[in-house]
Amino acid sequence: MMRKPLTIAMPKGRIFEEAAELMKQAGYDLLSNQEESRKLILEFPEQNLRIMMAKPMDVVTYVEYGTADIGIAGKDVLLEQDRDVYEVLDLGISPCYIAVAGLPNQPLSKIAPKIATKYPKVASDYFREQGEQIEIIPLNGSIEIAPLIGLADRIVDIVSTGRTLKENGLVEYEKIVGITSRLIVNPVSYRLKSKEIDEMVNQLSEVVGEDYV
Amino acid sequence: MAKRLMFEKPLGMRDTLPFFYNQKKQARELLTEEISNFGYMFMDTPILEYYETVGEASATLDQQLFKLLDQQGHSLVLRPDMTAPIARVAASQLKRAEFPLRLAYDGPVFRAQQTEGGKPAQFEQVGTELIGDHSSYGDAEVIALLIRSLQRAGLQDFQITIGHVGYVRCFFKEILGDDDPALTEELMSYLYRKNHVGYQEAVKALPLNEEAKRALMGLLKLRGEDEVFDQSKSLARNQECLQAINELKQLYKILKQYQVEQYVSFDLNLISHMDYYTGILFEGYAPNLGSLLCNGGRYDQLLPSFQLNASATGFAIHLERLVEALAKQSNGDERIGILVDDDTFADGLKQAQDLRQEGKSVLLQHVDQVPDLQQFKAELVEAIDLTTGGGHDA
Repeated sequence: MMRKPLTIAMPKGRIFEEAAELMKQAGYDLLSNQEESRKLILEFPEQNLRIMMAKPMDVVTYVEYGTADIGIAGKDVLLEQDRDVYEVLDLGISPCYIAVAGLPNQPLSKIAPKIATKYPKVASDYFREQGEQIEIIPLNGSIEIAPLIGLADRIVDIVSTGRTLKENGLVEYEKIVGITSRLIVNPVSYRLKSKEIDEMVNQLSEVVGEDYV
Repeated sequence: MAKRLMFEKPLGMRDTLPFFYNQKKQARELLTEEISNFGYMFMDTPILEYYETVGEASATLDQQLFKLLDQQGHSLVLRPDMTAPIARVAASQLKRAEFPLRLAYDGPVFRAQQTEGGKPAQFEQVGTELIGDHSSYGDAEVIALLIRSLQRAGLQDFQITIGHVGYVRCFFKEILGDDDPALTEELMSYLYRKNHVGYQEAVKALPLNEEAKRALMGLLKLRGEDEVFDQSKSLARNQECLQAINELKQLYKILKQYQVEQYVSFDLNLISHMDYYTGILFEGYAPNLGSLLCNGGRYDQLLPSFQLNASATGFAIHLERLVEALAKQSNGDERIGILVDDDTFADGLKQAQDLRQEGKSVLLQHVDQVPDLQQFKAELVEAIDLTTGGGHDA
């Protein structure tokens, strides 16, 4: 029997390795044609799977529009983009958290404090909840520079070991939210391919020890 | 802001060029024909309504409403759906008409888009409202009519998923009690977003015993065919829950009489963004279409907000998406192939005939005549290999 393959959007890079390992334990071997590592679409006809290699930030987009049925995305991206996808399983991989950091002993400026971040939505939601009106300075990387050169009072960024902060003389002020990678599903695929998807979710949840009841 | 260039349109607005116009017209005519055949009467309402009445009664998020002011300074909205305006008409001009009312509509609705492309801000809905019939026959009629209309328009493959908001509410009531409505709302919002991770984390953090938690987790599993009705009984047993399950059972029974049961499945944790639904509700999906094709359900609170005490149910089909789904479906090249040998020919023939009966395009092929099996299978949407070697002998 051959059916249309289940399309999975996978983040390139480090998360791919971890996710592929989980998939392997769940019975889906995605590492067999690694030699074609420049290819963005990998076919696994014998498992009826198709893998799309995407930038981690874009996985959610592919899944929302239905070009991928399933995706693996960080909770940080899900929080920031607030897209219409189903979040069905916590894979528990790539654990880290989003935190507020800055120079030590530096109180938040009273007038229009500035926050540099690549998570504008997460940052403004957080400070609004704290009753604090702030101004966001969007950056795409090396966020840690911002407080050092006086561009911002604080940064909001991903912390995994805390080493980057430390080496740049920054301290963590508050932890905002814990982050892991999640299995996400397109709402239509969730219905129309429910058999294949449920099977994958069940297998994966056994591997990650999450009782999906 | 940069000066607008001559060809630009407001975000989410689209032109309908002749080819697409004709496709839409064709689909619209087929849908409206079927709806008329069920005895529904078409009507129309204004594009502009008062914000205070229709704007507030509709379940559309405030930020998605197009708002403007009239000469007297009243807030107006471009109608975000057709259900609220029709409720207004049913509760005023048609108040003295003979109930149950069977009304239908076809027209543009407007929802402002915040983000990028792919989501139109104006789209056409074709739909029905059955007002003043609160029986399961009413629910079933609306769902059966939806299915028949989609079939009439030529859609072959689609699925209607049915849930019951009343069930979810009394399920939470049995397990969580009445004391904390905010908690119920929180769990319901996880269900609406199908955020199972968030739901499970929230449940784990609750100060409840294991059995209650297991029941809450078990709700996520209540989807599939009619076996969910029996499964549900081990989770919640109060009178209201049983009542809701009985309504679903009754609905299923009538849908079988309409002979449309193969298109429906059930999901007892289905919740819609339209929060005026109170009972049975449903959503429809088609393959190759990233988002909802149609939806609907029973609403008991909307008409009372226009001072008419009546229950109603209806559906709306997103016409542009239907046209897209029709364009994407098999235009003859989506064929199922059955491979047979001398021993399995009879079996293959029977399967082929059954599938053809379902309207599928099926070819039956003796394996000896196929030079390249792999190539052969690649041309098919599905290959059923009945040969004894299972295809490996090629």
